[in-house]
Amino acid sequence: MAGIKSLDELKALRDKHRESVLGRDTGDSENKIRITVGMATCGIASGARETINAIIDEVAKEHLMNVVVVQSGCLGYCYAEPTVEVRFPGKEAVLYGNIDAKRGRELVQRHIKNGEIQKDWIIEKTFNNI
Amino acid sequence: MVKYRMDLLVCGGTGCQASGSSEVVETFKKEIEKEGLENEIQVITTGCFGFCEKGPIVKISPDNVFYVEVTPEKAVRIVKEHIIKGRVVEDYLYKEPETKEVLHEQNEMPFYKKQLRIALRNCGFIDPENIYEYIAVDGYQALGKVLTEMTPEKVIEEIKRSGLRGRGGGGFPTGVKWEMTRKSKSNQKYVICNADEGDPGAFMDRSILEGDPHSVLEAMAICGYCIGADKGYIYIRAEYPLAIQRLRIAINQAYEFGLLGKNILGTGFNFDIDLKYGAGAFICGEETALINSIEGGRGEPTVKPPFPAQKGLWKQPTNINNVETFANICPILLKGADWFSSIGTEKSKGTKVFALAGKVNNVGLVEVPMGLTLREIIYELGGGIKGDKKFKAVQTGGPSGGCIPAQNLDTPIDYDTLTQIGSMMGSGGMIVMDEDDCMVNIAKFYLEFSCEESCGRCTACRVGNTRMLEILNEITEGKGTMEHLDELKELGQIIKDSSLCGLGQTSPNPVLSTMNFFWDEYVAHVKDKNCPAGVCTALLKYFILPDKCVGCTACAKVCPTNAISGEVRKTHIIDQEKCIKCGACMATCRFNAITRR
Repeated sequence: MAGIKSLDELKALRDKHRESVLGRDTGDSENKIRITVGMATCGIASGARETINAIIDEVAKEHLMNVVVVQSGCLGYCYAEPTVEVRFPGKEAVLYGNIDAKRGRELVQRHIKNGEIQKDWIIEKTFNNI
Repeated sequence: MVKYRMDLLVCGGTGCQASGSSEVVETFKKEIEKEGLENEIQVITTGCFGFCEKGPIVKISPDNVFYVEVTPEKAVRIVKEHIIKGRVVEDYLYKEPETKEVLHEQNEMPFYKKQLRIALRNCGFIDPENIYEYIAVDGYQALGKVLTEMTPEKVIEEIKRSGLRGRGGGGFPTGVKWEMTRKSKSNQKYVICNADEGDPGAFMDRSILEGDPHSVLEAMAICGYCIGADKGYIYIRAEYPLAIQRLRIAINQAYEFGLLGKNILGTGFNFDIDLKYGAGAFICGEETALINSIEGGRGEPTVKPPFPAQKGLWKQPTNINNVETFANICPILLKGADWFSSIGTEKSKGTKVFALAGKVNNVGLVEVPMGLTLREIIYELGGGIKGDKKFKAVQTGGPSGGCIPAQNLDTPIDYDTLTQIGSMMGSGGMIVMDEDDCMVNIAKFYLEFSCEESCGRCTACRVGNTRMLEILNEITEGKGTMEHLDELKELGQIIKDSSLCGLGQTSPNPVLSTMNFFWDEYVAHVKDKNCPAGVCTALLKYFILPDKCVGCTACAKVCPTNAISGEVRKTHIIDQEKCIKCGACMATCRFNAITRR
């Protein structure tokens, strides 16, 4: 590493590394958009790992700092794995099914970035949590 | 650049390392590799989370799940369950001690709820051995801003306006100190970081250096720019090996990145930092003694004035600040003096880190805004007194401070209120005592420390403290008189008045403050030859309770001096003349029939 020659270089270096560290700042997690990928055995078998990594990559590429991507256990929709839930702060969660890596990227673009809910991919929520 | 989908933040502070966090890190890395997830999951060793009571701590991000007391075995299960299947392992989460409720997230925990982390902002959040992580959280931006946009006078004005006061104990306004050093004329000036943390029980400076070393380096460079110095020293005790190791790594990285050394950020400003090791003498935390020690002389204080700001290291103007003080500098310059001065009380701005220890449930490091009450710190953050015992006092300020009794629990704490109630802020040690602690014995403990650590230069401190200790020994052995108590008060005042440095001037405080608040306990030792808390062995008497003794003879058999007599199945008695108060009978009795008082 050659020395940093100016404040601008330092700022550029900060911006390059910023997201990987600031993703950790979950102090205000209620105010962030939460994308949850079902990562139980059936999810993983259907490619949920590729999906979550694609989503994370797309989120990073778009510099979407207000998005948290996490995994969850089994949601029970084995027929529609991989499943992805999108929850905007203060809004009802939207549950998508059959989201492969390609659809995962599209989901980030369309739903997260442009706010367009993808009706065709939604699966019916069949239960209520207590 | 690889983007990880999950970060495992494992505490690598000294406390958690002692409880095995290094093995936990190894296990995580091994298991994650086994599962082929090493490009998706990152294991990061961070600085101290502060919650040392429940270490090793592992925080999983972005899920924000906080695991406590993690062992290598637990790490294996966390990988299998949480990391692979996304199922939080509830068994390993923190449980609220009273309600037994399982708390998932760090910010739900009472220990963290009232904390505001400025000095500790990066501890437990970034990898202290990776400069990229520090840069990512605005590291060295304050230095860059200062060097390119601000004159030294403007920076000093900003620090003055923020109201920041020295966190090492004295509470002197930091901006004023910088200004004094700036105004001293000389070709060579120095910046010193005082990392000679010596108060028993205090470990905030160590944690900052271990968890966020760059923040101190950056602030020292800023200080150098303000006062006109190009050389800095960190005086750190050699008994802090991990802090030294992380500082060395940080200094090397900063040089490599051109953030220390010549022509920093192309502005023409030069600044070098060196480490100087201390041998762990308490007195070397006093600034003139510290300077003597760096110069290779005896660690003894010299007369002030001249102050180090006028004539310090190698007789040149020198600015000395404590680690925690430096750790506050960069946020002030980035967020502004108004932001900082909006936190805290009228005369004490910002936050203070306290090392909570003693008889509280949550032992650890907490950073809270000035003006919180002792009750909030001890009962909310600290989770109350261990074993539901009764609170008796809290000792603040280490060997220079005093004991604060229950009636002052609701005092909002800052520099001035602590002084008013007969103690002091000191470096922020806070040792909680319960009904089982003898205040005479506590005073003796601190005085023993001061006697041992006195450099011996002033007669009052060297001889006076030893005399006071002798008197306390007599009192705890049952040979005390009421005249002794008067002598203690008189001697204490003389030592305070006639010692050169802070150590001597404050060393009688633990005795004087306990005499002030717990006078009855002293009198009980002297007049009744009784230690109410049951601590001072020489004053204790062991008794057998007739209604509980079944006459099993177990106690008589273990008594080394045959002081216990009695027939089988009849109540035994202890001969007080023969009893040496070893306590063997009490430990043996299965019927709780032996008591001491």
